[in-house]
Amino acid sequence: MAAGSTYTPIATQTTSSSVASVTFSSIPSTYTDLVLISNVYKTGGSGQSGVFQVNGDTGTNYSFTYINGNGTSATSGRVSSNTYGCFDLWGQSMSDTTFEEHALNFMNYSNTTTYKTILYRGNAVNKGVEQGVNLWRSTAAITSVVLYLQAGSFVTGSTFTLYGIAAA
Amino acid sequence: MANTYTLIASNTVGLLGSATITFSSIPSTYTDLLIKSSARTDRVNTVDYYKLKFNGTATSYSERSLNGNGSAAASENNNSTSYGFNYAIDAATATTSTFSNAEFYIPNYAGSNNKSYSTDAVTENNAATAYAAFTAGLLSNTTAITSITLESANAANFVQYSTFYLYGIKNS
Repeated sequence: MAAGSTYTPIATQTTSSSVASVTFSSIPSTYTDLVLISNVYKTGGSGQSGVFQVNGDTGTNYSFTYINGNGTSATSGRVSSNTYGCFDLWGQSMSDTTFEEHALNFMNYSNTTTYKTILYRGNAVNKGVEQGVNLWRSTAAITSVVLYLQAGSFVTGSTFTLYGIAAA
Repeated sequence: MANTYTLIASNTVGLLGSATITFSSIPSTYTDLLIKSSARTDRVNTVDYYKLKFNGTATSYSERSLNGNGSAAASENNNSTSYGFNYAIDAATATTSTFSNAEFYIPNYAGSNNKSYSTDAVTENNAATAYAAFTAGLLSNTTAITSITLESANAANFVQYSTFYLYGIKNS
């Protein structure tokens, strides 16, 4: 990847209190791809993963395929016709006592011809590691993303940064 | 436009090889760090493994990994180890001129929390077995990271033409 101005921070957020969700809106269409990096600390009970929706779409337009390892075994699975995508460790217990790192890659996010593919990586040393791919079945350009947990909150000090990558 | 993805330092191994790659005096002015490597060691085997240390710290690393070797997938725990470990490197008997690739991502490295990190590492080999590993790691130490060391876990040397690049990524 070229260094410098092709990897541009669009927006960054650090939670100053526990919040249920984090939103990036008014995302410009001037980049080729988007990368969203989060370093989060969670609280909550028996919830599961971190999930996301784009453009406020709550329809059953998301699907994803994942492979993960919890330190003991490796598992792969798939969810179809879902109301959200995944960016965390699907099906693993949500509570954690360490900061987790996640990365979302939105490929060709602003084109209006194809459905959108979104790669993700979840890293939680107390739970496991997961890599996966989401599909959002819409040809609309992505202009907003909301991240939230199936239960619980992002705790104070969690950070989220959205970067734009330009091909030229 | 701001330069937010910046090469901090690089290291290309010379003819004599190198046992240790160290990035030191890392400034605290970035948000995250990223190392990209293309490496091979002289261990007499098809595969070697990285030994990763932050600030020379030799305790309190824990990791969970997801691995594949071309025929099966597995997951492993490495707790309370003296260094980060589970990232494969092509070694001396792997296909000639083949160098493995790896990325090490360290978010909020200058902050006051324990340091989480992630790695992706792959080897290639013109044979039935090669390795890919994704790892989530944690150093339970709140000190800001100012140096990073990479070595062979089997006391081998990185061979000539191995390359290591350290980037700083800034969120503003």
